[in-house]
Amino acid sequence: MPPKRPKSAISSAGSKGRAKGKKSQSPTLVEKPGHPEDIFPMVLTSATQELFGCLADEDVTGESPYKLLKKDDIIQDIKTRAAVSDFSPVKQIVLDYPEDELLLVYDRDFTYEQCFYLVLTPEAKDRILNPPEPETSQVLENVVNKTPEPKEWISLGSELEIDEESIKETREKLWYKFSRVRRKFGVPVCFSDRNTADAKDGYLECASYQDSRFSIKQMQRDCGMQAVPRLQSSSAQTQWKFQRNIFTQYVPRELSDEEKENILQFESLNNFCNSVTPRVLQALQQEEIMNGFFDDWKALGAAAEDGDWSGKVSEGLMLYQAFTDQKYTKDKKISSINWHPTIYGVLAVALTEQKEERTKDSTTFVVTPSVILFYSFSDPSIPQLLLECPDDIFAFEFCPSDPNIIVGGCINGQVVLWDISAHVTHLLGTQPGSKKVSVSTDTFDLDDNQENKTPVVRYCAVSALESRHKAPITDVQWLPPTFEVTRSGLPVENKYNISVQVVTCSPDCTIMFWDLRMQRLLSHSATDRKQSVDQKTQMTPYSVPDTFKHLDRTWKPLFRVSLPKIDTSGEYAPLKFSLEHYTCNGNTGRTTEEDNENDDGDSSKVIPDYSQLRVPSAKTATILEDVNTKLYIGTEDGEIVHTDWKLEKDDSGRLQSAKPLHCFNIHHWLVNTVQRSPFYKDIILTTGGWNFAIWKEGVMDGPIVLSPSSEQVCTSGCWSLSRPAVFFIGKDDGSIEVWNLMEKTSEPAQVHAHITNAKITCIKPWTASSKQHFLTVTDDIGMVRVLEIPKVLYVPTRNESLSVKKYFELEEERLNDFLKREELWAQQKREAEELKRKTEPDKPAKSLEVNEEVNMKEYKDYMTLEESILKGIGLWPAAADKQNT
Amino acid sequence: MAEVEETLKRIQSQKGVQGIIIVNSEGIPIKTTLDNSSTVQYAGLIHQLVMKARSTVRDIDPQNDLTFLRVRSKKNEIMIAPDKDYFLIVIQNPSD
Repeated sequence: MPPKRPKSAISSAGSKGRAKGKKSQSPTLVEKPGHPEDIFPMVLTSATQELFGCLADEDVTGESPYKLLKKDDIIQDIKTRAAVSDFSPVKQIVLDYPEDELLLVYDRDFTYEQCFYLVLTPEAKDRILNPPEPETSQVLENVVNKTPEPKEWISLGSELEIDEESIKETREKLWYKFSRVRRKFGVPVCFSDRNTADAKDGYLECASYQDSRFSIKQMQRDCGMQAVPRLQSSSAQTQWKFQRNIFTQYVPRELSDEEKENILQFESLNNFCNSVTPRVLQALQQEEIMNGFFDDWKALGAAAEDGDWSGKVSEGLMLYQAFTDQKYTKDKKISSINWHPTIYGVLAVALTEQKEERTKDSTTFVVTPSVILFYSFSDPSIPQLLLECPDDIFAFEFCPSDPNIIVGGCINGQVVLWDISAHVTHLLGTQPGSKKVSVSTDTFDLDDNQENKTPVVRYCAVSALESRHKAPITDVQWLPPTFEVTRSGLPVENKYNISVQVVTCSPDCTIMFWDLRMQRLLSHSATDRKQSVDQKTQMTPYSVPDTFKHLDRTWKPLFRVSLPKIDTSGEYAPLKFSLEHYTCNGNTGRTTEEDNENDDGDSSKVIPDYSQLRVPSAKTATILEDVNTKLYIGTEDGEIVHTDWKLEKDDSGRLQSAKPLHCFNIHHWLVNTVQRSPFYKDIILTTGGWNFAIWKEGVMDGPIVLSPSSEQVCTSGCWSLSRPAVFFIGKDDGSIEVWNLMEKTSEPAQVHAHITNAKITCIKPWTASSKQHFLTVTDDIGMVRVLEIPKVLYVPTRNESLSVKKYFELEEERLNDFLKREELWAQQKREAEELKRKTEPDKPAKSLEVNEEVNMKEYKDYMTLEESILKGIGLWPAAADKQNT
Repeated sequence: MAEVEETLKRIQSQKGVQGIIIVNSEGIPIKTTLDNSSTVQYAGLIHQLVMKARSTVRDIDPQNDLTFLRVRSKKNEIMIAPDKDYFLIVIQNPSD
């Protein structure tokens, strides 16, 4: 029951309660009572309360405010106390009350302005005593507690609609049966399609039309509905109107020193340190012991890569390709071979006459032009390019900074230059995998076009005849692009980072330095040039590139280095030499970058016009102090000479070559290889005679490794380009020895006999790609063989360079040790001999005399014997004399 | 104070240890053996990393807590031992 508390009713209710006498004057209650009709607020005196046992706050309390009073008791009370009874106002109601008990409610909060109220109707009593629970909770209770019980369905008319909507059959289904004539059962049938319009009565159409007789308006229409959420896409873009750089500058928070000191005193910090230290120490120790992140599986795999498990790996050198050309290589031997530094699969060989002496008055003297052939992997039998040489070439090299320039040394002592930049595209086109379009552009001569079409490049410059070597040039090398030398041999900075200087050596006991650039004009060179111009205008039949026209026939060397012998007079006759490639940090970085960019040789790098370059004045260039100017030279007699190329001023003020620093005769015949290891700047391999040796620059006493003498002459040698411990030696009988210092140091790791039938003249390795390592072998009969180096020989083992370095150091120590011991022994021997001589001073003299006597006696005996025999035959010299007159 | 020094000395004597930093819970270095700029850099960056690592561990399992964090890089290894109020950073160069 919603309590209503009209304030205005207070006084009236109060007056109602108090004025008992006016109880009968109920009509004075003009205002509506502020309580529901079926209850009656009343006051009960304490006497009444006692009587009925409803003492306030004792029998009835706020919690249990209900008291049922018997009707009879109330009536009794009314009778006994008549007007004084508290119940007198409700006397009539009580009398009329149908039930036996009335409910008295203690109204603690004075909701209805009185202490108690009497409930007048049994319904209200019921209601109060059994109040209906608030609707919500009751509903909930119903849902939670009670499962809904099925109720009787009350028809509300919906079944009619459903009946209308459902589909019922109004008549029986019609069915048609089609069958064929029995005789056609089993016979193959052929079905085909037919358009309904094809046959005249194929179909019957009932077209719809608007009938004017009816105009029925559709009143009701069934349509289906589907609710679809309304989607709307929209976007917004913010405009950054005021662009402004915003930055924050911050400073790390730091504690001041006192605070730090303070914190360090804390007990908690101590505890922390104590607790944390064991963990940290354990972790540190773990790290020390082993590397937890080392991937063993991967390391295993890296050592032996996938291909090895296939089983078809050969441990030895496999023949990849062989090159030969019938026309040019007949009766020729190959003197030198080089790989093209940038183009894959192109190599160049220089051919020389096999017979070393050409007798000029032989009638069968056939002039075969001397050539350098370029072979490419794409065509093993046809050379791609021919370089014409004035004479046989014994050595040639590609320029390291510009692979189109080739310098060669002739048999007559001249230096020759070629420029193949015009034909580079042709060479590039012959890379394996690209079509040979360039070769067969003129298609009407298909049969022998190949031979005609091999382009020929004529040399574009030769050195002056007067200043050539007096003997064949046996070795030519370019100075690396990192430095250049002046006229006195001082190394200076190379401004352009291109190789412009060439060093040649020849058995005429000189080493010459040549410069590609125009030399400073001297008075007599003008006359030379005039002559040369005349000569040149006479003979330039082909289109010769004029890269080096400024040098042609006037080319003089920068300076000469002579090699006086150390101990005796005379000079060494160098055959091969090796200089140290100076690598200054900045320069090499630049050059390698540029080289990488210019694989096709296009001029994003400045390829200077050589005729425009000038030799810089020696005074202006910066001298590089740390260039190693010493050369290792192998001579004709098998000596290895270590000398400096810088010219020094001697007593008379002229520039003179210094005396060589060291010389050792190790090989007893021609030295044919002096090569520095590509991994160590100071390790040099020399081969010659019947053995080979490894030297360390700076060790003055001899080779650190000397091989045992072998049965065949070692004719060439080279280091492997990828493994510091491997090198190859070629022999006289056509076999190749593969030496691996990691495996065996006293004999070759592998010997490949019969690579070729003739003497091997040259070996050159090349790394074409990371998986293809080639070794070219050339021989005496003009064949070039390209062998593929197996993985086992080109993949370096772990820490190989360190191990090899250590090995060389060990060998050096051994050598030093050996030499010391030798000295010691020599000394001891001398002492022993002295001792011996002292004890027996006369014996040597005596023994000599005795020997003499014995000899004379024997001789006399012999003479008598001879006389007797000749007399016997009748040819005694006395008789012979008579005959010879 | 002496104990702290002793601890640092013990750790420093291990092979390969490049530096030690003690940082408080806010990321401010208290004691260090490296130079100031490196210390500040390490402290600031590693503090964030440790907070992240710790919160990760605790998110996965609230009963769990971070006891040690090791960051291994190509050149060296950074070891962090966190605690309630401080943490210790050790930078080591492993032997290989």
